[in-house]
Amino acid sequence: MLSLNKLQSTGKKATRDGFGAGLKAAGDKHDNVIMLTADLRGSMKSEDFINTYPDRFIQCGISEANMMGVAAGLATAGKIPMTTTFANFSTGRVYDQIRQSIAYSDKNVKICASHAGLTLGEDGATHQILEDIGMMRMLPGMTVINPCDYNQTKAAVQAIAEHHGPVYLRFGRPGWPIFIPEDQEFVIGKALHLNEGSDVSIFATGHLVWHAVEAARQLEAEGISVDLINIHTIKPLDEAAVIASAKKTGAVVSCEEHNKYGGLGSAIAECLSKNHPTFQEYVATDDTFGESGTANELLDKYGLGIKDVVAAAKRAIAKK
Amino acid sequence: MADIKKLESIASQVRRDIIRQVYLCQSGHPGGSLGNADLLVALYFEVMKHDPSFNMKAEGEDVFLLSNGHISPVFYSVLAHAGYFPVAELATFRQINSRVQGHPTTHEGLPGIRISSGSLGQGPSVACGMAMAKRMNGDDRTVFVLTGDGEQQEGQIWEAALFAPHNKLENLVLIIDDNGQQIDGPTEEVLRLGSFEDKYKAFGWDVMHMDGNNMAETVKVLKEAQAKRNGKPTCIVMKTAMGKGVDFMEGTHHWHGKAPSEEQTKVALAQLEETLGDFPA
Repeated sequence: MLSLNKLQSTGKKATRDGFGAGLKAAGDKHDNVIMLTADLRGSMKSEDFINTYPDRFIQCGISEANMMGVAAGLATAGKIPMTTTFANFSTGRVYDQIRQSIAYSDKNVKICASHAGLTLGEDGATHQILEDIGMMRMLPGMTVINPCDYNQTKAAVQAIAEHHGPVYLRFGRPGWPIFIPEDQEFVIGKALHLNEGSDVSIFATGHLVWHAVEAARQLEAEGISVDLINIHTIKPLDEAAVIASAKKTGAVVSCEEHNKYGGLGSAIAECLSKNHPTFQEYVATDDTFGESGTANELLDKYGLGIKDVVAAAKRAIAKK
Repeated sequence: MADIKKLESIASQVRRDIIRQVYLCQSGHPGGSLGNADLLVALYFEVMKHDPSFNMKAEGEDVFLLSNGHISPVFYSVLAHAGYFPVAELATFRQINSRVQGHPTTHEGLPGIRISSGSLGQGPSVACGMAMAKRMNGDDRTVFVLTGDGEQQEGQIWEAALFAPHNKLENLVLIIDDNGQQIDGPTEEVLRLGSFEDKYKAFGWDVMHMDGNNMAETVKVLKEAQAKRNGKPTCIVMKTAMGKGVDFMEGTHHWHGKAPSEEQTKVALAQLEETLGDFPA
């Protein structure tokens, strides 16, 4: 059982580095894992896989729509294609290709998307997609996963290679604390309980899990007991874990690097409204585009900082 | 040696099936379906090595992908007569609880369908992926993909047009149904496409031509394209007449997506010989 004192940062690495490590491990195990990219191999930190398995790497050029179709064709023939590019170009740009050629066609394609959310940083809003979880979550049959650190991303890549069906795997650019134990099992669709508590439930995904951990430490220091749950798989949602925690605490906070519409917060609200209606506070972007800046400057400016999680928890408790 | 007369007689039945499918549900796309009946019959009854017991991966088989999914009536009729599913199921075309959907889909498990299509421009990319997988697997069979000519207006088409020659997909054959018509009118008026031959040659493809309503020529050109292995993908610019085989539907976009009335259906069926038996309505 994990708890706050076991969740210490052991250094920083990007979740995209975790993708590269996980891809190599999945490639070692499955000779039908194929990597595709649309002119962003360098950003995907996958040189280890590419150099080891050059015949299983497909460079598509700046042609994301074609890449999704090629992946669907490879999957039809029994391969396990993993498409790679930035999250914006992995989703919004190619929604119809994913919808028809992958999701509706029941293809075993893994859409692996880096540089998601505000933490992409200086490139600004054109590249900072904050709507991707919503788009992918709406597609019938699509599994949506947003791991929180290097270790969890590495484990998630290996898990999705074993899973049959389309998957959207979302990760990011910046160096980020590594705090999930390296040997922690990753089970698709199963929430990871990070701390047992009774006053407030904090559900977090992606980079914001670290902020939730740090916020929980501050809240516990103030005598507030936090039930902290990492929802790495947003779809299918671990409804049992969400309901059980909400019943226990009666106050809920959702934390994500995504618009308040359509993402983790929406998924939790949908679940609780029909099972155990509970007051909920959202730590999410407020229906806005981002802008240029460093990752941490942007998280602070757009209300996704550690202090924002603390404040949201107190607001949720106050509504009980 | 291909029995051209036999193939033509199958195509006649397929054309009857197209008219009857569309008439029964008063919906669907007869024009392009009629125009492509000869092509699909040639592929499935003469040219391709394929197994109607249906294996999705198509190991050791030639593959046909339909990118312009709206001409589903011709695809369904040919697949049914080739043994992929019961011919009687054609009567359920576009009706509730059917595997024979308006546009082809894998989702209902209809044998013979490998990719959903309908939103245009996606088939060539999928065909590139299947052709690459075949090469990786040491499988030398051919992947055929059909698009409409109007469909060539989609941007994704040209992404695939760059990708295939760059990757030397010599086992890929793209067929363009050059009937000069799309929903809103002649392609020349809606959005001029210019020369497919010039465009595809410039992109690095081999380009062939055929009259897709001449069975002997269609079989001959398809077999040449299928056998060719010279490091280049092949584009076949195929002339057809939209509505071929029914005089009042021929050569016009008006029957792109319109169902005939009872009287029009009678007139149409009188022009098409019943050769394999009609499916029960």
